[in-house]
Amino acid sequence: MIAAIQLFGRLMMIAIRGQMQYRGAFLFMVAGTFVTSMVQAIGIWALFDRFGNLGVWTVAHVAFLYGTINIVFASVDITARGFDTFGSSLIRTGQFDRFLLRPASIVILVAAREVALHKLGQLLQGIFVLTYALISLEIDWTLGRLALYVFAVSSMYAFFYAIQIVRATMSFWTIESLEILNTISHGGMEAAQYPMSIYKESFTNFFTYVIPLACVAYFPMVGVLDVPDPLGSTLFTQSLAPLAGYVFFAVCLSFWFFGVKNYQSTGS
Amino acid sequence: MQSLTVALLRSYVSVVAARFRVLLQYRAAALAGVATQIFWGCIKLMVLGAFYAVAVTTPPMTFTAIVAYVWLGQVLFGLLPSNHDPELQGLFTSGGVAYELLRPLDLYWFWFARTLAFRTAPTLSRMVPGIIFATLVLPLIGLPEWALPAPASVAHGLMFLLSFVVTVMLSCAITILITISMFWMIEGRGISTFMYGVVPVFSGMIVPLPLFPDWMQPFLYWQPFRGLCDVPFRIYSGDIPLAMASQEIMLQVMWTVILVLFGYGLIARARVRLVVQGG
Repeated sequence: MIAAIQLFGRLMMIAIRGQMQYRGAFLFMVAGTFVTSMVQAIGIWALFDRFGNLGVWTVAHVAFLYGTINIVFASVDITARGFDTFGSSLIRTGQFDRFLLRPASIVILVAAREVALHKLGQLLQGIFVLTYALISLEIDWTLGRLALYVFAVSSMYAFFYAIQIVRATMSFWTIESLEILNTISHGGMEAAQYPMSIYKESFTNFFTYVIPLACVAYFPMVGVLDVPDPLGSTLFTQSLAPLAGYVFFAVCLSFWFFGVKNYQSTGS
Repeated sequence: MQSLTVALLRSYVSVVAARFRVLLQYRAAALAGVATQIFWGCIKLMVLGAFYAVAVTTPPMTFTAIVAYVWLGQVLFGLLPSNHDPELQGLFTSGGVAYELLRPLDLYWFWFARTLAFRTAPTLSRMVPGIIFATLVLPLIGLPEWALPAPASVAHGLMFLLSFVVTVMLSCAITILITISMFWMIEGRGISTFMYGVVPVFSGMIVPLPLFPDWMQPFLYWQPFRGLCDVPFRIYSGDIPLAMASQEIMLQVMWTVILVLFGYGLIARARVRLVVQGG
């Protein structure tokens, strides 16, 4: 286990150093993703400026959700790049066969293959917005709330990482229609920036029971922010909800192993 | 002389046609794209609907106009100049741009023709299922208030088509500027990343422009990206009255001409000082 973590760290460092060779392009891309996320956030702010609060949800509450989700999403983008580009760079080219021959865990080899450092811009922007939210909300950080927040953030990370693993796994069969997964990853992130209670019931149900997005984002955050939930969750269910993120991760990972087991190379 | 012009024009048309056939190969990807856009449209409508439900003052647009704005935006998303033709980028890194300069066609219009196909082929193939969903399926599944309404009148519809043609040209003119920037910066992804963030917001794709604060409106009115979504979409729904439509389209045309001339000038400058990579 320790050897695996060490290997993971070493591979990551190599990928980072490789990227740093093009410093100018790197800084430009970081600035680019920062500006990109910032202007998108301006859209949310504009709606609050025009219409006022969404019930108990002020712009600061939504900024708290938005900042947290963007930090997690960017972290996943940075660290799961190896899975994200798996289909196009390893399956289509047949390179995956060589990976299978290496004497180390295939998950680690694929995960640490590449790092999308330029997403640091989005990460910084998320931190920026979250800081604003923390200053204006003045949350009473009891130990319980802090623990729930950490629990939620970690399971949110597992949730979005799992989607990247599914994307990679699907490329064992097709690499054409993977865009559909963007509805859950990017679309999910987009949807989870607002309180789930504003959506149609069927939509909320789908993102609670089928794809547990609300369980890793909305429900625990309602608990942390201590706002009433029109969907009727209690502090007890809010605290347990993030477990669903880990279950989802486990399911997706076994799908990955199923895919690896049934993998037939692309040819000569 | 005239036959020469016809021959030239025909070669540009065949560039468009050839690229079209290449780009229409990816059907499964197109279907996945349609599903993604529909999903996105539904999220947007639910978010905007929630805000409309709590509005204390009368919003500057009716919700019907919002619905038209959102669906037109979703089905025409691919027209936005937020990325560039990766094959053209390849020419810069491989040095193939030297061959492009040898062709007996004007480089700007040759690339314009290629870009026109790159912009429109994927969009047109995705447009039809998206429109069918937004006009026919939504009322059937019990969401008629979300369905894409017909244009405000026949005249609005015609003006929309006119404005839409200009939108396509404007979009190509901006996309080419991204390509041309690679004469100076090989790493075209940098500029693309910026455009990817800025264009959707300032065109109105993220949030309809009239919903932005009133003090921002003069600035939003005069910037070129508005001609990509805001102008045609609001003509369609009648949010821009017919009397104003021709003036708005003139503004679109003006920006298109300015950006085409700008790109043309840049190419001319780049040709003079071009160093081709590779041996």
